[in-house]
Amino acid sequence: MERSTLDDYRTSFVANSLVIPSLGDKPISTPAEVQGNTPSPKSTERLRFWLLLGGLIALLLISVTLGVSLGPVDIPIGVVWWIAASETINVFSDITSFELNRWADIEENWTRAQFNIIWLIRFPRVLMGFFVGAGLAVVGATMQALVRNPLADPYILGISSGASVGAVMVLAFGAFAFAGIYAISVGAFFGAILTFLTVFLLARSHGRLHPARLILAGVAVAYFFSGLTSFIILTSDNRELARTVLAWLLGSLAGTNWSELTLPAAALFFGSVYLVLQARGLNALIVGDETAATLGVDLTRFRCSLFLVVSLVTGVMVAVSGAIGFVGLMIPHIVRLMVGTDHRRVMPVSIFAGSIFLILFDVVARTAFNPVELPVGVITSLLGGPFFLWLLHRQMKNLRSMQ
Amino acid sequence: MNLQAENVSWSVAAKQIVDAVSLVVDEGEFVGLIGPNGSGKSSLLRTIYRILQPDTGVIELGGTNVWDVTPGEVARQMAVVMQESTGDFDFSVREIVMMGRNPHKGMFDRETVWDIQLVDDALDQVGIIDFAQRSFLTLSGGEKQRVLIARALVQQAKFLVLDEPTNHLDIHYQLEILELVKSLGTTTIAALHELNLAALYCDRLYVLKQGQLVASGTPEAVLHPDLIRDVYGVWSEVSLHSLTGKLTITFFPEKVGRLLDRKKKG
Repeated sequence: MERSTLDDYRTSFVANSLVIPSLGDKPISTPAEVQGNTPSPKSTERLRFWLLLGGLIALLLISVTLGVSLGPVDIPIGVVWWIAASETINVFSDITSFELNRWADIEENWTRAQFNIIWLIRFPRVLMGFFVGAGLAVVGATMQALVRNPLADPYILGISSGASVGAVMVLAFGAFAFAGIYAISVGAFFGAILTFLTVFLLARSHGRLHPARLILAGVAVAYFFSGLTSFIILTSDNRELARTVLAWLLGSLAGTNWSELTLPAAALFFGSVYLVLQARGLNALIVGDETAATLGVDLTRFRCSLFLVVSLVTGVMVAVSGAIGFVGLMIPHIVRLMVGTDHRRVMPVSIFAGSIFLILFDVVARTAFNPVELPVGVITSLLGGPFFLWLLHRQMKNLRSMQ
Repeated sequence: MNLQAENVSWSVAAKQIVDAVSLVVDEGEFVGLIGPNGSGKSSLLRTIYRILQPDTGVIELGGTNVWDVTPGEVARQMAVVMQESTGDFDFSVREIVMMGRNPHKGMFDRETVWDIQLVDDALDQVGIIDFAQRSFLTLSGGEKQRVLIARALVQQAKFLVLDEPTNHLDIHYQLEILELVKSLGTTTIAALHELNLAALYCDRLYVLKQGQLVASGTPEAVLHPDLIRDVYGVWSEVSLHSLTGKLTITFFPEKVGRLLDRKKKG
C-alpha cells in the first residue's frame, strides 16, 4: 500500500515537472476562450470611476460659480452666468463675425461695476485657480511616480524654489529679455528643470533612488534657492522689487487678467493630455525602474520627457502664481485614497480635484478675513503642514500594522 | 524561443562582475544559473533583460540582439520575474497583473475583453483568482511571486527570466513557485541559490564563480562535491534520490567535511 502511493507520487511528480513537453514556439499562455460580453468586476469599477468624474465636473462648475459670485462684494449667481453668457456670445461674434448677439439678445440687468468685478477681475482669477490647481496636482502625481516617493511635490523637492529664483532673476536683472512677456515663465522653467535634475541626481547612486536622500536633497536645494532669492532681492537697487516679489513668493492669484491666462491654459492642456496618455508607463515606473524596463518602458527617454513636462508645467504655474505649496502633495494623496494607485484614474481625477481645491481655497483666502485678503499660498500652507504631518503619522501606523 | 549569449562582460568601477560568459538556452529548456552571492548571477541576467548594457559580447534572443531593438520589442518576447515591491504605493493584484499587457499596448489603446480574459486565466492558473481585488502590499512573499508570475503569463512572452524568484521564501513556496514555472513548459533561465532545487528542476546548469563560468551541463554532470567545495567553499555529499531520481546534496561544515574526507581515504 505504502509502496504504491510512493510510486503514484513519483509518477505524478515526473509527469508534472521532470519531463519537458516538446514545445513549438508558443507563448506562455493563451486564454481558453474569449466570451463576448463577459461581465467582469472591472465594469462596476469603471462605472464608479465615471460617476466620480461626473460628480467632480459638477462640483467644479459649482466651485467656479461660487468663486465668481463670492467676495468682498457678493454678486447673485444669476448675474454671474448672464454676464458670462453675454460676454461669450460677444467674443464669439467678434471672432466669427456671425452676429449671434443680435439673435440672443440678453438684457443687461447688471451694473458696470458688477461687470468689471465679475468679468475683468474674478473670472480670470478663478480660471487661473483652475489651471494652477489642476497643473500642480497633475505634476505632483507625476513626480511621486517618477521618484517613487509619496512625499514628493514641486514644493518639497525645491522645484518651486528653483523656479522662483529663475523668475526673480528676470524681475531683478532682466534676464531672458528675448522672451518678451514670457520672460518670467522662461526663467521659471529653466530654474525648475535645473533644480529637478540636481535633486534627482543627488538622490541617486548606483542606479537607485534613495527616498531619504531625495527629500534631504530637495530641502537643502530649497533652502539654498530661497536664500539666493532673498539675496537677489535685498542687494537689488530696485526698491519696488522686494514688495512685488514677496507678495508673489507667498503664492497668490490676485490681480490675474485675461491676457495672462493663455500660457497656463496651454501648459495645462498639453501637459495633462501627455501625462494622462503616459498613465501605463507611470504605473510601471511606480512599481520600480527595472519592472518598468522589463515591461517595455524606455527608461531614459521616458524619464527625460517626464522631467521636461513636469518642469515646464511647474515653471509656468510658478511664474504666474508664485509658489503655492502642498497642492501637488495633498491632492494626489486624497485622490489615491479614493481611486487607488492606477494612474489611468489618478491623473484625470487629480486634474479636477486640484482645480476645485484651489478655486475654493482662493475663495476662503479673499473672504474669510475680510477686509484683509490673504495670498492663497498662506492658506494652503496653513492646511498643508498639518496634512503632511497626518500623512507621516498614517504611514508610521501602516508600517506598524504591517509588522 | 532560444537565447544565446556570447562572451558577455560587464564591469563596474574597474571591477569585473561578469567576465566573458557564454551560454545557450534552447527551446523548451529550463536552465539554471548557480553560484554564491556576488558571483555575478543577477548581473548576468540583467544584461540579458536589458537593464545593464554589457561592455562586450552579444545577447541574442531568437536570433535578434536584444540591445539592437527597443525595450518594447524585447518585452513582447521576454518576461522577467524578480523580487519586487511597490514601496509606499498600493495596487490591486489585478492591476499589477494587467501591467503585463503594457508592452502590447499603444498610448491610445484601452483594455479589451481579451486582456481581461488573459488576466483572469493567468490568475486562475497560478491559483490566486480569489485575490484579484486584494491589495498587493498585504500579500505574503509567496503570493506576491505568484502575482508576478501571473503578470509574466499575460505578457505572453516566449522566454522567461527568473531572477532569484524564491529568495526569502519558505521552502513550501520555493517548491510551489518552481513547480508552477516548470509546469508552464516555457523556455526559462533562472538564477537559483538553492542547489537541491536547481538539481530537481533544471535541465542544465551554468555555474558562476567571481563572474566567470566554471562549469556547465546537466545537474548530474555539474554538481560534484569537488566543484561545490571550489565554488561555495563547503563540503558536501551528492547522491541520487530514490524517489525523484534526481540529485540530492547534503552540506557539511568544514570540520565534519574534513572528518569525512579522512574516513574516505582511510
